[in-house]
Amino acid sequence: MAIEVRIPTILRTYTDGERAVQSEGATVAELVENLEAAHTGIKERLVEDGSVRRFVNVYVNDEDIRFTGGLETAVSDGDTVVILPAVAGGAPGGGAGPWAADRAQ
Amino acid sequence: MLTIDRATRDAIIAHARRDHPDEACGVVAGPIGSDRPERHVPMVNAAMSPTFYEFDSGDLLRLYRDMDDRDEEPVVIYHSHTATEAYPSRTDVNLASEPNAHYVLVSTRDGGEVEGTDVDFRSYRIVDGEVTEEEVTVVERYDT
Repeated sequence: MAIEVRIPTILRTYTDGERAVQSEGATVAELVENLEAAHTGIKERLVEDGSVRRFVNVYVNDEDIRFTGGLETAVSDGDTVVILPAVAGGAPGGGAGPWAADRAQ
Repeated sequence: MLTIDRATRDAIIAHARRDHPDEACGVVAGPIGSDRPERHVPMVNAAMSPTFYEFDSGDLLRLYRDMDDRDEEPVVIYHSHTATEAYPSRTDVNLASEPNAHYVLVSTRDGGEVEGTDVDFRSYRIVDGEVTEEEVTVVERYDT
């Protein structure tokens, strides 16, 4: 048994086009390290400054890990992990966007 | 080129009018590889903002699961700009994550919230940070 990780289209360049890969770990953080070992470069797309990126959603058995402990969320064999990029955007000059801070500098 | 049926286009415009002055957002799913937007799924803008939109994370998971179950993909991903033109912002470009999708922008800035006024409806490809506008062809129905 292992943990199934479902990969979104935009990240399948790291998995040779595979829609799902198997990995392992006791926490999402460990899982991400193991993913990185097999699919170099994927970690940087998922994690920033020790947290899941603002516009990436990671679910363990349908629960968004933002509400279950973030990268420290426990995972175990048989779990399914889904990665989905946020569908988001907005008007020019919108203050709520991720680059509001950039513009303010 | 985006080919879309009139009823779906009109439903997207109606959604944008309804949510004005907040941004409206949603997808039109279609069979994988078909490039045919068939199933309109209006989404809630979790940001509830006139300058930003984001699908709720739980809604997003359900949406992708439904599409998986139906062998669909997001053929169109749309949102509205309510005070600016129907052109992708820097934020839109940076966050675009479906290189196969048609990104539709609707602008309701010119009184577009009122039935009968003009609403800009434009479509783009956004791949690796490059924006390419494309023609929109409205059909009464898709050829079978």
